[in-house]
Amino acid sequence: MKRVTVQSDDFDAGAELSQLARLGGGAVASFIGIVRGDGGLSALQLEHYPAMTQAALEQIADQALTRWPLLGVTVIHRYGQLAVGAQIVLVATVADQRAPALAATAYLIDWLKTRAPFWKCEHFADGRQRWVEARTEDEIIAARWD
Amino acid sequence: MLQILYFGQLRAQLGRAAEQVALPPAVTTVAELIAWLKLPDPSRIRAAIDQQFAGPTALIAGAREIALFPPVTGG
Repeated sequence: MKRVTVQSDDFDAGAELSQLARLGGGAVASFIGIVRGDGGLSALQLEHYPAMTQAALEQIADQALTRWPLLGVTVIHRYGQLAVGAQIVLVATVADQRAPALAATAYLIDWLKTRAPFWKCEHFADGRQRWVEARTEDEIIAARWD
Repeated sequence: MLQILYFGQLRAQLGRAAEQVALPPAVTTVAELIAWLKLPDPSRIRAAIDQQFAGPTALIAGAREIALFPPVTGG
């Protein structure tokens, strides 16, 4: 099973994990990214490339399904204005054993950090805005899967 | 005519999200396109040709839509 969604609405992580658990594997693994309130941040604006995002995320989900013996994979990525504490992204997998479920989850989130067409702009309580710079460390981490 | 899309900080800096351009024949690669458009900080600009990521030496002949943007920050 592959479920890939790009949406502005919030998601119910528990319901998503339950849906994967019903596929019958013994191991569900997940990652949820949440907006941090560092340095007076009030919200995060996520811009994306609508014509490309869905296909790009589907491609990487397909690669995870090819690379590991997964029974299912779910990727939900939000866009738009997200307040501190809001969920940004969910990556979840189910497999018979924990190793492929955990590895595929790490692979998917590492890939999203460096290859998904999203751009984050930080909005601060005092009115400042700052575009988030891509981190070299994220590139290095993602490269270990090449 | 070729459709150029801008995203992220580049879109904000330029003040526009898209434009149509007529390319001169000498502009054949992504890097040449970025130079021809005289965009700020060209070494930081990444590209996608028809919704697929493309490196600086990728050929742009036949492209319908080229997106230009800073390194992505998803996840």
